Amino acid sequence: MDVTLRLTVNGKAVEAAVDPRTLLVQVIRERLQLTGTHVGCDTAQCGACTVHLNGRAVKACSMLALQAQGGDLTTIEGLSKDGQLHPMQAAFRECHGLQCGFCTPGMVMSAVQLLKDNPKATEQEIREGLEGNICRCTGYHNIVKSIQLCQSGKVSATA
Amino acid sequence: MTAMSQPQSPIGQSLLRREDYRFLTGAGQYTDDVVLPFQTYGVFLRSPYAHARIRSIDTSKAAKAPGVVKIFTGTDLADAKVGGLPCGWLIHNKDGSPMKEPPHPVLAQGKVRHVGDQVALVVAETVLQAKDAAELIEVDYQELPAVIDIKSVETAGTGVHDDVPNNVCYDWGHGNKDAVDAAFANAAKVTKLEFTNNRLIPNAMEPRAANAQYTKHDESYTLYVANQNPHVERLLMSAFVLGLPESKVRVISPDVGGGFGSKIFLYPEETALVWASKRVGRPIKWTAERSESFLVDAHGRDHATTAELAMDAQGNFLALRVKTIANMGAYLSTFSTAVPTILYATLLAGQYKTPAIYAEVKAVFTNTAPVDAYRGAGRPEATYVVERVVEQAARDMKMDPTAIRRQNFITEFPYATPVGLTYDTGNYAAHLDKAKDLADVGGFAARKAASQAQGKLRGLGYACYIEACGLAPSNIAGALGARAGLFEAGEVRVHPTGTVTVFTGSHSHGQGHETTFAQVVAAKLGIPVESVEIVHGDTGRVPFGLGTYGSRSIAVGGTAIVKAVDKIIAKGKKIAAHLLEASDTDIVFENGEFKVAGTDKKVPFGSVALTAYVPHNYPLDKLEPGLNENAFYDPTNFTYPAGSYVCEVEVDPETGKTTVEKFTAVDDFGNIINPMIVQGQVHGGVAQGLGQAMMEGCVYDPESGQLLNGSYMDYTMPRADDLPSFTVDHTVTPCTHNPLGVKGCGEAGAIGSPAAFMNALTDALGVRDLAMPATAERVWRAARH
Repeated sequence: MDVTLRLTVNGKAVEAAVDPRTLLVQVIRERLQLTGTHVGCDTAQCGACTVHLNGRAVKACSMLALQAQGGDLTTIEGLSKDGQLHPMQAAFRECHGLQCGFCTPGMVMSAVQLLKDNPKATEQEIREGLEGNICRCTGYHNIVKSIQLCQSGKVSATA
Repeated sequence: MTAMSQPQSPIGQSLLRREDYRFLTGAGQYTDDVVLPFQTYGVFLRSPYAHARIRSIDTSKAAKAPGVVKIFTGTDLADAKVGGLPCGWLIHNKDGSPMKEPPHPVLAQGKVRHVGDQVALVVAETVLQAKDAAELIEVDYQELPAVIDIKSVETAGTGVHDDVPNNVCYDWGHGNKDAVDAAFANAAKVTKLEFTNNRLIPNAMEPRAANAQYTKHDESYTLYVANQNPHVERLLMSAFVLGLPESKVRVISPDVGGGFGSKIFLYPEETALVWASKRVGRPIKWTAERSESFLVDAHGRDHATTAELAMDAQGNFLALRVKTIANMGAYLSTFSTAVPTILYATLLAGQYKTPAIYAEVKAVFTNTAPVDAYRGAGRPEATYVVERVVEQAARDMKMDPTAIRRQNFITEFPYATPVGLTYDTGNYAAHLDKAKDLADVGGFAARKAASQAQGKLRGLGYACYIEACGLAPSNIAGALGARAGLFEAGEVRVHPTGTVTVFTGSHSHGQGHETTFAQVVAAKLGIPVESVEIVHGDTGRVPFGLGTYGSRSIAVGGTAIVKAVDKIIAKGKKIAAHLLEASDTDIVFENGEFKVAGTDKKVPFGSVALTAYVPHNYPLDKLEPGLNENAFYDPTNFTYPAGSYVCEVEVDPETGKTTVEKFTAVDDFGNIINPMIVQGQVHGGVAQGLGQAMMEGCVYDPESGQLLNGSYMDYTMPRADDLPSFTVDHTVTPCTHNPLGVKGCGEAGAIGSPAAFMNALTDALGVRDLAMPATAERVWRAARH
């Protein structure tokens, strides 16, 4: 039997009737059509589905939608404001921190959380902080650089 | 101060990528993001056994399950005369007979041959309903012994395919055996190594996906699919399997989340979907779960090799003898047969003037997933053979590993190798010197001493790789067994306002073509990069192209575009000549302007474009209106990227933990269009190569044939804290036979890094060899000896 799910998603109130078995990522992708959140695995390992729920990075593939009931959800689509990239998005662009783009939304959402938790993270701490996100394209080199650039506050363009 | 500043050419600039904005804001559109009206969902019932005969399949209960639209089995496909998937490369045995090509059915016909082999397609209203119904299908299997170990397939006593009882696909030889035998008979020293090139699972982050639609009103099919070469996909599927006119099939590969080879091939899943979409009358969507990707995406590598290098007393290489057993898996995937032959044995000269080389390759069938091209495809295996043996030879000869290489380097070009290739250009000492400098090899002894003081072991290893890219001269490939051409196509459409759309047969799945190709066109036409749009990945829009693999895009696809642009300029000169009242032979094109040579008379590109489409003042009697050209480019040779990699590792002998302390890559890719993107390609390739060397390895149970590490919980993917930051630099010898002087950069990192790492690790441990992946357990055991 469907249950009514109420969420604030990227600043807007949404409501959806969902089967209780439905995963949060399914609601995001299939009901809200926010397809920037990706599914790269089925074991909560790759992190492509990372979103922010109530200000914390979570893997949307490994929680039920109803566990987010009443929550405040931000997806990659909600990270940029008024056409301006979030400094982390801009840093990824400036440092070529993405190639195929598939892991990127989750990687950016994790990176934002990482610096929120540890604004002065060292390279080693950044690398350890990315343990939950797999990228097959970049070798992580430029992802680390992107996060360090964002950390320095010296990101140039955000448009 | 110059009188007039020339605009800087976009070629060679690290322009930021134009595709990034959409990827960073969640606006990318991958196949699973495509939703078609009234779409259904497909789920494949897969074999739980590695090898079994199918006695019967009963779908009656499943067909009645909620939401089920239709269920298809191999019988339905056989009744409809749907053929098997073709193999794209014919290899001949030593005796001249052709290889064995057993059928590769779209859905199993009477037998399953690996865990995950597709048995039935269930189409339902939702994925969950399709999954539930699949569980209700009753398949009566008679389990058969599984053939897994590649070294004993011939004596396994059972055939993966009934008509290939010894499981040998082909037994192929390449090179001059007599010359090699003679050289070994006279050698002062022989270095011999035996090793495996471990089996890998590609793991592009986007799982394979497809969405197939049949449109009744024009009897056509549209397939969205995560694929690297949509025209090849369409050709193979329509002409060889489904018997459809290509004109009725449109293949669209939208944003694709990484390929690394695994999305080159025509797979059974999308083929079944296209066929079934007409029977269902609605679109059918399938997205692989990661566990499916592990089971059925074509795997990579999986060689067992013995290599022997004969030398004279001074360490000059006399001959190389290589014997390899290559695993094909259960079926011949699209380019599987070419990987351990044409893309492998032809590269065994490496960077060296070894005068005699002979390779024997036996390809075998096993009850495992098909094996095919994976980043580097044959060339990493060749580099591993050559560079591990050469490093060991230096140790056997008590020579410096760079000195023995330098002494044997090819230094004069063009150079015809004894294995059939002609290297056009290179300067191997230049990148070796630069790599040694950047790696601070001079300081290694002190760093090793410092490690020793802390109870750690430190090692240094090199790899000097070469690869053949830019596939390929079609006539040479054809003579070697290719069943396809290997040119590339490009179309340049200039619009009336002077903006340009470029249609390319290359496909970008992370490489950034929308940026680099635009840089090339903008530079040639002298217009802003922003005025150039790149379109790829849609057989309904782009000319017939062969796609992206084998580091071919800029060298072959880029050249096709350059040739089309040259035609645009040539026609533009005629239009300009008319406008300027001059002879077209007097017109030069510079910085976006057509000029009468030696005068100040000129007309900008934009005006010529407008005139072509508004031909009021136009030589209509001798020139067609419009400014739209296409070109097909078939290369005259392969390109030969080469480089020198230096790896430095530290081992904790107490735990076996190995840390890459420094990794230096110096590559010669010829001219470089966008250094930022090229360096990113090297980073990713090195990470994949280090993944192979340090942690990745597909493991099948040798008895049951079950995949033992079929998830990210079990198969170790490199993560950020497994790797260091890399030192990447370049030397440049431009390719001599394409107009951009480019060679390709996509695979180098994965080709050179496994040997560099293993050479460093064996140096640290003081052992001859260690099997990849060098897990902590293996290193710990080796450290205790």
